[in-house]
Amino acid sequence: MTAKPKIVVGLGTCGIAAGGREVYKAIEKALTDNSIDAELTQTGCIGACENEVLVDIVKPGQPRISYGKVTEEKIGEVITNHLLNDKIDREFALGKIGEGELPAEYDDLPNFFVDLPFYEKQVRLCLRNCGFINPEVIDEYVERDGYEALKKVITEMKPEEVVDVVKKSGLRGRGGGGFSTGLKWEFTMKAVGDKKYVVCNADEGDPGAFMDRSILEGDPHSVMEGMAIAGYAVGADEGYVYCRAEYPLAVKRLKLAIEQAKEKNLLGENIMGTDFSFDLKVKEGAGAFVCGEETALLMSIEGKRGMPRPRPPFPANEGLFAKPTCLNNVETFANVPVVILDGPDKFASIGTEGSKGTKVFALTGSINRTGLAEVPMGITLKEVVFDVAGGIIDDGKFKAVQAGGPSGGCIPEDLLHLPIDYDSLTGAGAMMGSGGLVVMGEDTCMVDIARYFLTFTQSESCGKCTPCREGTKRMLEILQRIVAGEGEPEDIEKLKTLGEAIKDTALCGLGQTAPNPVLTTLRYFQDEYEKHIFDKRCVAGICVDLMVYLIDAELCNGCGRCRKACPVGAVSGEKKELHTIDTETCIKCGVCVEKCKQEAISLQS
Amino acid sequence: MKAENDFNYAAVDNIYDTWKAQKGALIPMLQEIQHEFGFLPRTALEYLSKKLNQPISQIYGVCTFYSQFHLKPRGQHIIRVCQGTACHVRGIAKIATALEDELQVPVGDTTEDLLFTYESVACVGCCGLAPVMMIDDVTYGRLIATAVPDILKKYERGEDNDS
Repeated sequence: MTAKPKIVVGLGTCGIAAGGREVYKAIEKALTDNSIDAELTQTGCIGACENEVLVDIVKPGQPRISYGKVTEEKIGEVITNHLLNDKIDREFALGKIGEGELPAEYDDLPNFFVDLPFYEKQVRLCLRNCGFINPEVIDEYVERDGYEALKKVITEMKPEEVVDVVKKSGLRGRGGGGFSTGLKWEFTMKAVGDKKYVVCNADEGDPGAFMDRSILEGDPHSVMEGMAIAGYAVGADEGYVYCRAEYPLAVKRLKLAIEQAKEKNLLGENIMGTDFSFDLKVKEGAGAFVCGEETALLMSIEGKRGMPRPRPPFPANEGLFAKPTCLNNVETFANVPVVILDGPDKFASIGTEGSKGTKVFALTGSINRTGLAEVPMGITLKEVVFDVAGGIIDDGKFKAVQAGGPSGGCIPEDLLHLPIDYDSLTGAGAMMGSGGLVVMGEDTCMVDIARYFLTFTQSESCGKCTPCREGTKRMLEILQRIVAGEGEPEDIEKLKTLGEAIKDTALCGLGQTAPNPVLTTLRYFQDEYEKHIFDKRCVAGICVDLMVYLIDAELCNGCGRCRKACPVGAVSGEKKELHTIDTETCIKCGVCVEKCKQEAISLQS
Repeated sequence: MKAENDFNYAAVDNIYDTWKAQKGALIPMLQEIQHEFGFLPRTALEYLSKKLNQPISQIYGVCTFYSQFHLKPRGQHIIRVCQGTACHVRGIAKIATALEDELQVPVGDTTEDLLFTYESVACVGCCGLAPVMMIDDVTYGRLIATAVPDILKKYERGEDNDS
């Protein structure tokens, strides 16, 4: 097997969307056409979304070469050059991974994980296998110490010892709340019940977050192994992965992985010949954001409307089907095998006093390098935004970073020195959340962003408790008024009062955090709200109702396209003369902008 | 519309039998019924309600709670426009306008020929490729408005099988 060259195509959802399957077919064809004997396989997301489609080529004895932004037209040439002529196409080559000899002329090729700025500051624990192994082949996981941690736990350790190790590691829940994983396990272990469950929350619903999807698609076994270890520790013999239905590929790979693990006796009855049995099922969600909340999620697995209930009792005592239930998030479980194999001390040596280990972030928005990055806790936001993500696109100016999705908040430039850990982000009014980081440049309107997130939470509110159902609705109405240019002076105070009240009184995490995007933008960008309300101006040029379309006198050549296209006849002007838009008549549909070949029409505040 | 007695009760029977042993399996049952019929026909729900000995009101409550379930027929292809933050920032609104122009139906509706159902979705999780839309299980990223008509034509001609 090692004597054959190997070609690995990144086929996570991002890779497929960028044309990965077409590239895969083109490679098959190139191999056949040139009678090359090579192993062609697939892998999950390595995190560098910006460079999709990614293809890695490994020649025996040589380091793995990673190519990015390849196309179905060009890949054939890249393959034949590499495999037949030992020529690396520098247009596409990103870097080399691992040991081996290369011809001297390629000595300068960067070392993928060490030299590439995107990876330089990353520490990959959770994502250790993502982008390397074929997630549909269990042996590739096993080869990289897969299921060794489970073996160690069930053959050498008592359940109490496992709980102690996890407690000692300082691992905290990666789903948002940040509760100590070890403590949660301890509560479930000590809870009395004839039957216990382990549940994995894979209902990743925050817009802008795709960490869990990438882990499930790229390395499903690491999550399953973590769950089985939890099962042993808390005394459960059955587990559920609750995965959102919008992730069909993750569900497919999980189901396949479970089947393969059962065949190898790594799941199921008497695992590895011990007394420990653990069965795993996948439950697909049916499209409800609130099901990411733990009590709502359990209701949904039970086949009911996914509505949260008050706690206590906590799931550790009374969870799924009213039995003690250990419920953690995907990333938390994926960390568990590392904690066991490396030992709690090594894990705890990464990070800060209160937040240990790493956190995976989905980096999106107006940045140069979008993607998935796993960084050590304690790294500053600035390092993530500028060093890992490469700063703002088109050399733009940074305005804010939105951390934690609709539950989080917007953090301004002067707080970028904050270290990434649970407590400092919460202190800033945001939260770690599940790990979405949306970076925004100067052309983002903070009022519009607040309205956007609140629209989301408002429509996803399940309606059970009044503060969330009615409160978010009223807040949204105020915001809609403000962006429409009808804001009133007392609106800012109203938003603050309502927001604080909802935070204090809503039933579940969704409602309690829903006001955060509004409250943080009010805290750091109140002047923008004031400009919208008092001056009726949107500085970022986003809120259309506060803007007018204007024709640039320098650029307009009087072609008349806009005049003909305007559905309400708001444009006037003689042929070959300057045209003008009557802003009173204009309905701001934007058709004129699309029709103008001179790019003379734009929105102005 | 088929007459009542033409209804494929056997399909519901099969689905019920597959899941009846599992606790709390109403949601997967509904998912499979929808997969079978394309939506959740009232007849099927009433029939299932009797088999499960569960009030139809409860089943209806579950159907309406989750956005994935549909009580009306759906188009052959489902278009989902992403409303995620990144897509919002990178101009999904123009893509939506182009789609509405082509389809002549608003979000949430199905075209008259039952070819397309046009929906919006909170986030498909491909923010790196924003703006994004999905047609069935295929994701289209880095979209520009002018590319929309050609993409739809592919489906109108039935050439969508290779992706």
